[in-house]
Amino acid sequence: MDTRRLFSGGFSLTEIHPAKLAVVVFLIAYPSFTSDFFTYQIGAYSLILGTIALSLMMLAGYGGMVSLAQMTVAGFAGYLVAILGDNSMDVMGLGWPWWMSVPVAILSAALFSAFIGAISVRTEGIYTIMITLAIAVAFFYFVRQNYPVFNGFTGFAGIEPPTVFGIYWRDPVPFYYLSLAVAAGFFSSVLYASRATFGLSLQAIRDNPRRMRALGYDVTLHRIVAYFLSGIIAGTAGVMMVWFNGRISPGSVGVDVVIDILVIAVLGGMRHPIGPFLGAIAFVLLENFAIDLIDRERFNTVIGVAFLLIVLFSPDGLLGLWNRARDKIRFRKNARPYRGGAAQGDQHAAGSLEETKP
Amino acid sequence: MRQFIERHTFWAIVLLIAIGVLLWLIFSVWPDWLIDAIGRKKTFVNTLLNGVTLGGLYFLVASGFTLVFGLMRNVNLAHGSMYLLGAYIGYEVADATGSWFFGLAVAFVAIALTGVLLQVLVFRRMEGDDLRQTLVTIGISIIAADLMLAVWTGTTYQFQPPEWLFGAAELPVISVLKSSGEPVFIKYPVYRLSVLFAAAVVGIALWLFLSRTRIGMMIRAGVNDREMLAASGVNVQLVFALVFAIGAGLAGFAGVIGGTALSVAPGEDIRYLLASLIVVIVGGLGSVSGAAIGALLIGLAEQFGLAYFPTYGVVLTFLIMVVTLAVRPQGLMGGR
Repeated sequence: MDTRRLFSGGFSLTEIHPAKLAVVVFLIAYPSFTSDFFTYQIGAYSLILGTIALSLMMLAGYGGMVSLAQMTVAGFAGYLVAILGDNSMDVMGLGWPWWMSVPVAILSAALFSAFIGAISVRTEGIYTIMITLAIAVAFFYFVRQNYPVFNGFTGFAGIEPPTVFGIYWRDPVPFYYLSLAVAAGFFSSVLYASRATFGLSLQAIRDNPRRMRALGYDVTLHRIVAYFLSGIIAGTAGVMMVWFNGRISPGSVGVDVVIDILVIAVLGGMRHPIGPFLGAIAFVLLENFAIDLIDRERFNTVIGVAFLLIVLFSPDGLLGLWNRARDKIRFRKNARPYRGGAAQGDQHAAGSLEETKP
Repeated sequence: MRQFIERHTFWAIVLLIAIGVLLWLIFSVWPDWLIDAIGRKKTFVNTLLNGVTLGGLYFLVASGFTLVFGLMRNVNLAHGSMYLLGAYIGYEVADATGSWFFGLAVAFVAIALTGVLLQVLVFRRMEGDDLRQTLVTIGISIIAADLMLAVWTGTTYQFQPPEWLFGAAELPVISVLKSSGEPVFIKYPVYRLSVLFAAAVVGIALWLFLSRTRIGMMIRAGVNDREMLAASGVNVQLVFALVFAIGAGLAGFAGVIGGTALSVAPGEDIRYLLASLIVVIVGGLGSVSGAAIGALLIGLAEQFGLAYFPTYGVVLTFLIMVVTLAVRPQGLMGGR
């Protein structure tokens, strides 16, 4: 068992699995061999959705708090960008420069998320789902009815990413790299945080809050801070989302979208930060190519059935399917007895990919 | 009651004064300064009645939700879909047979059967795994909403209730005095009053069923300790199926009642799911009396919000939820 090495910072390039390097190279080279549609509508969109789902995965996987309000937090940041910056609707649009409006939007979203956390941390398990769902729906109805600030049913349009360094960031290729940078940044931060003291105590709180409280940890504070951090992730992704779409309306924070995020996270698997991104890719591919399988109108049925099948047969999502298939192959080969970590890996989130290190 | 007064004398007095003020507001003829302060009496009384009726409707939906949760610890997020499905089925049957009451009965039975199927085929397979059950119900509600959209399209449907439920009844409440001194009475739709009546009947029936019958006793025992109930020789699975049938059936029943009072359209499932969620969060999960209090509170808040500060009606509902969670996380009537 070399578990200790997992938590002690330093690592060298040779330790990285070649498959991971291949994935990185593929992601960086991706725009060079695909069309604009694949770069923007599939690539960038999956990365943004994956980042929002990552914020949920962080809360649910490490903190044991399944919050359905992550899309609401993201939408809040998106709305703030439209309100503080420029839009073409003649409502609000305070015209702040991007370097002011974006940090303010992200920070406010994080505070909003911490507020949601403060409301819901006093409850546990399914109560959290119910309360965050109620908050999400209430936010949806609120922005739909509020005209002076949120421009009601119409929402905002004409929200443009800024032109910085002479690059127009809405163009497919720059936007793809921007999304990739945001996604990769948050992916590695979550991975790092999961092994830092904070992440470890959060996971311990998930497993046994009473014991942690008895040990002197402030359980409530840890949870609220987790909500705050996930709010930063969701808020940033929300800003990316509003730049991606160019507009935002109550439909962007509607119940179906809120639940889509949960679907993505569950589809991918909540044990490892890579799960949400796998889920997002599967989701976006299904969304775009389900027309070939079945009538486009019935996309929700397709995604619902996929979600149901995953929940019923593989609670760990695609990641779990993949791990199980690989274990089976290894078992057949009988190359070497699989480490005892497998049983633990089923229960704990601490990086199922890490445990596969040969 | 006497115990309550002895224990919480202060709150009992506050409550009595509040009830007194409310009765005075309803039955007296308003003086001018009051009309200047909060508007016409007609608006107030109508809002109050609307709120109470809406509360009745919410109670019909939420009581099934809370009953299922109380016994099986299963948050059925497909409850809203059952409401909508009940409304559609009831509409089809009522439209085909011409009898509104037959539609109501069929909706109840059909949704009750759906509930039993759900319990037997899905929930029994993953007992004790709360989170997974909840996720499954989310999946089911996604599929159900989409399939219902495919079958019944996005059109809004309107029920045709029996003739005698139409029209307005004159209430013994004076709105204003005409200059001739002749009183003007407030009128209110008969149908809405009957919604309130139906909710009251269902509430009382549920209470009698739970507290006075043998099966009700088993259910209450199951809420307290499931394992012990099973150990004492009761077929728990049968009780579960029964409770699920009642809970789901009530959702279908409410679908027809609510669909007649308002209308049937896609998206209503989410609205009533949200209503049930907030009602049971406020009232306390698993408590039927809590659902009644919560439903009344939320119904009133929603209608008063709509009448007196239109844009922020939702916020009022939300505030009630937040305050309840801050003061009593287990809900008003929820026990821990």
